[in-house]
Amino acid sequence: MSNILEIRDLQVHYGGIEAVKGISLDVPEGQIVTLIGANGAGKSSTLRAIAGLEKPSAGKIFFKGEDITGKDSNEIVSRGVTLVPEGRRIFPDMSVLENLKIGAYLRKDDLKEDLNWVFELFPRLNERSWQAGGTLSGGEQQMLAVGRALMSRPKLIMMDEPSLGLAPIIVKGIFDIIRQINRQGVTVLLIEQNANMALKTADLGYVMETGRITLSGPGQALLQNEAVRTAYLGT
Amino acid sequence: MEQLFTPEYIVSILLSGISLGGQLALIAIGYTMVYGILRLINFAHGDLFMVVGLMGIYVCAVLPTYAAIPIVILITMGLGFAIERAAYKPLRSAPRMSAMISAIGVSYLLQNTATYVTGGQPMTYPTIETLNRTINIMGTPTKLVVILTPALVLVLIVLLTQLINHTKIGMAMRAVSKDFETSRLMGIKINRVISTTFVIGSALAAVGAILYFTTYPAITPTSGSMPGLKAFVAAVFGGIGSIPGAVIGAFLIGICETIIKGLPSSWNVSVFSDAFTFALLIIILTCKPTGLFGEKATDKV
Repeated sequence: MSNILEIRDLQVHYGGIEAVKGISLDVPEGQIVTLIGANGAGKSSTLRAIAGLEKPSAGKIFFKGEDITGKDSNEIVSRGVTLVPEGRRIFPDMSVLENLKIGAYLRKDDLKEDLNWVFELFPRLNERSWQAGGTLSGGEQQMLAVGRALMSRPKLIMMDEPSLGLAPIIVKGIFDIIRQINRQGVTVLLIEQNANMALKTADLGYVMETGRITLSGPGQALLQNEAVRTAYLGT
Repeated sequence: MEQLFTPEYIVSILLSGISLGGQLALIAIGYTMVYGILRLINFAHGDLFMVVGLMGIYVCAVLPTYAAIPIVILITMGLGFAIERAAYKPLRSAPRMSAMISAIGVSYLLQNTATYVTGGQPMTYPTIETLNRTINIMGTPTKLVVILTPALVLVLIVLLTQLINHTKIGMAMRAVSKDFETSRLMGIKINRVISTTFVIGSALAAVGAILYFTTYPAITPTSGSMPGLKAFVAAVFGGIGSIPGAVIGAFLIGICETIIKGLPSSWNVSVFSDAFTFALLIIILTCKPTGLFGEKATDKV
């Protein structure tokens, strides 16, 4: 099995602060990989660097074997990497349909098939396709954010805290969808504070602490790990 | 005194008010679009307006009018693009105040360049025959430009609205005006969208200037300041960032000003027509700072 994404010695600085202190990680194609860790561990910065929102200060990012370090976001999106940002960040004044269409901004082909796919995954979005994005509930907005990302036909979808601020029942629904998307061939890189849910879903997990990766292994193994249980699962 | 308020007089006042409003609207759209996308008040926009007038003089001297007008519009679009790239783009991640100071700098640069080129002398704007032709509207002799302006403004606004609401670049403009970062995640090239905004705003200002200076035949390096400021007030009145707001604000200011100017001279109020505009600004800022159609004061995050 090949790695769709490989990160080598990645460092990200914000001003004088080193948020990511030289991490390396692999995302095998077709799997669900999760990066767990406390607030401020550098998870978001890692994803932002992959998506081209931050320029790494050192290290390399390879997507499908090609170096994408420091490339512009539009270049990275066009290669098939997408990020569902923390806090959903849908466009509140645009309709649900427009929000989905803007996810396919770089594509010039017909969107019908993908719209049907997204509406199949999230029937609720179909019902509300003419409603302004800002009028949706939190869970629906998260669905919209995921649907919008899928419209770019990604090979790798990254999600930054998709469960944040959502009711447990809705979180469960979101994780079901993540598995479903994955079964349809999209590799998933997920960061979560909800470590329990994330590790149960993931094939592979990495634990990040203050800018470094301190543990890695299959999701189930990390769930059993004593240190992980104490630090992140509260047991 | 009664004979002053003949129906013909009222019609002519209203028509020239609508015309002035239309010209201001074309500048105001530029202010409001740039603010909508960059949260920047582009103080150089009024001076760009003056530059269009000067270019009109120089280009019309060597070319026939029908060729000069499109050339002037194209150069203005290029100038708008260049100003953004040189003066605002490098400050994209700087505090907002820096870009505003840069805008004031560009404003003075344009004014001083104009002074240098013209020697500070008022320049005579060429008479564009077609625009100055007189026709009769309800028995009132009226210059064609007065009728043409609101019609042209209407057409341009419809086109602009279509562009913003129904094209891909329009969708990108709306997205960028809400959220830079998420727009980038969608694959939108932010800088291209911002440049497009400046080019469109400049083109509209160019059309506005060509029409405006037809009725104000002399151009000085500061000729852009007053219409620029008034258009800015119009944009604030309508709610800066809102295109329909800017247009309505501009027509309102244009009409009110012309009415005040047209009041009998024995009343001694016509000199206050400019003051009216700025009094309006003060009233809006104190009573409803977001203007008629302004967004609620949610700051960009």
